[in-house]
Amino acid sequence: MMCQETGMLIHALADRELDLVKSIELETHLQQCPSCAQTQQEIRGLKSLLNDSELRHVPTKSFEKRLRAVLSEEVKEGSASRVNWWRWSYAGISLVALLLVVWVVVGTLNRQSSGELIAQEVVSSHVRSLMAQHLTDVPSSDQHTVKPWFDGKLDFSPPVKDLTQQGFVLTGGRLDYIESRPVAAIVYQRRQHPINVFVWPARDQAKTAVQASVRQGYNLIRWTSAGMEWWAISDLNLAELQQLTQLLQQ
Amino acid sequence: MSEEGQNVRFEQVALPHLGAAYNLARWLVRNDEDAEDIVQEAFLRAFKFFGGYRGGESRTWLLTIVRNTCYSWLQRNRARELTDSLDETQEDLAVDFASPESVLMKSVDARVVREALDGLPIEFREVMVMREMEELSYKEIALIADLPIGTVMSRLARGRKRLHSMLADRTNLKTNARGGAAS
Repeated sequence: MMCQETGMLIHALADRELDLVKSIELETHLQQCPSCAQTQQEIRGLKSLLNDSELRHVPTKSFEKRLRAVLSEEVKEGSASRVNWWRWSYAGISLVALLLVVWVVVGTLNRQSSGELIAQEVVSSHVRSLMAQHLTDVPSSDQHTVKPWFDGKLDFSPPVKDLTQQGFVLTGGRLDYIESRPVAAIVYQRRQHPINVFVWPARDQAKTAVQASVRQGYNLIRWTSAGMEWWAISDLNLAELQQLTQLLQQ
Repeated sequence: MSEEGQNVRFEQVALPHLGAAYNLARWLVRNDEDAEDIVQEAFLRAFKFFGGYRGGESRTWLLTIVRNTCYSWLQRNRARELTDSLDETQEDLAVDFASPESVLMKSVDARVVREALDGLPIEFREVMVMREMEELSYKEIALIADLPIGTVMSRLARGRKRLHSMLADRTNLKTNARGGAAS
């Protein structure tokens, strides 16, 4: 090794940061080179001069005390604000959960009560249509007469089926008003029993199961299909009314 | 971990390094009061960032924050000390240590050494304080000062050389003055 190469290595050796191979190389050189050996001595002397506890600046006791106080204050504040944050977030989560429960319950009640209301309206419409001798606006057994009649009177085209072959005679169509909207009433006759079938576009597009119920002595069957809400009502027995509904669903 | 646990842990992690933190800050700003303010600020910062501390060398972590706090304080209050651009050209490091007026360093008064070290540009002062007083490795110094290890090495070598010649001058002056008074 040459003197020119020892530059920083001689410091690294003094700092014990030199790898073994380089250390041995350098030590060998130092044994042969008085000038570099002198430099090494000076560096060591300088290092020991600086590594003197008298040179260290020591924080005063009062500063240490003050710092501890400031820190514990900050720690307290920090944790207080974090605790508050947690409290608030718990409150927020609880509130959201509560609102969710309320929403679900109210929604369910609403759906139930809206079902109830519609059933009531359906029964009333049915009874009124019989009392007022106003069963049909368009008396016809021809589905190709009844169906076009609704055009321009409704914002949807109700499905009208001729089921005479199956014993349900189409007697006509009528406009009615249920759930705050105009709906189609398609009227069938089974023997002496008039049947009102109310149809309007369903609010909820999901298909729901067929539900049968009895109100004021009338059988009611409701279902949804093809985006339509269907209600069939009659004093006909349930079995035969179900037969009609099945035919209508086909 | 609970909040309480984390707070206790911060004090356990940070406070043992108060001595090193204060020593570094005091050597960088060269004033007791300013050093105290800076250390306090640095500890508060460290507490704020403590969530980001992932174990490991807590002293290096804390000293990095202390050094950064010092530099931003100096930037705000004594920008001139930082703008003295450092001549990074390579000096000949091998020679000059073995000058004829080479001193027996052990006899130099601590006060003289302190003055000489205070007189060094901050770039040399900080690596020498970290290396000789805190006994940090080159790697740790590189991390704290955000420098390549090669730069740490060259700054140490050059800083030592400057300090050596400053001390040599002072001890010679002293010797000469004494000699002058005796004659």
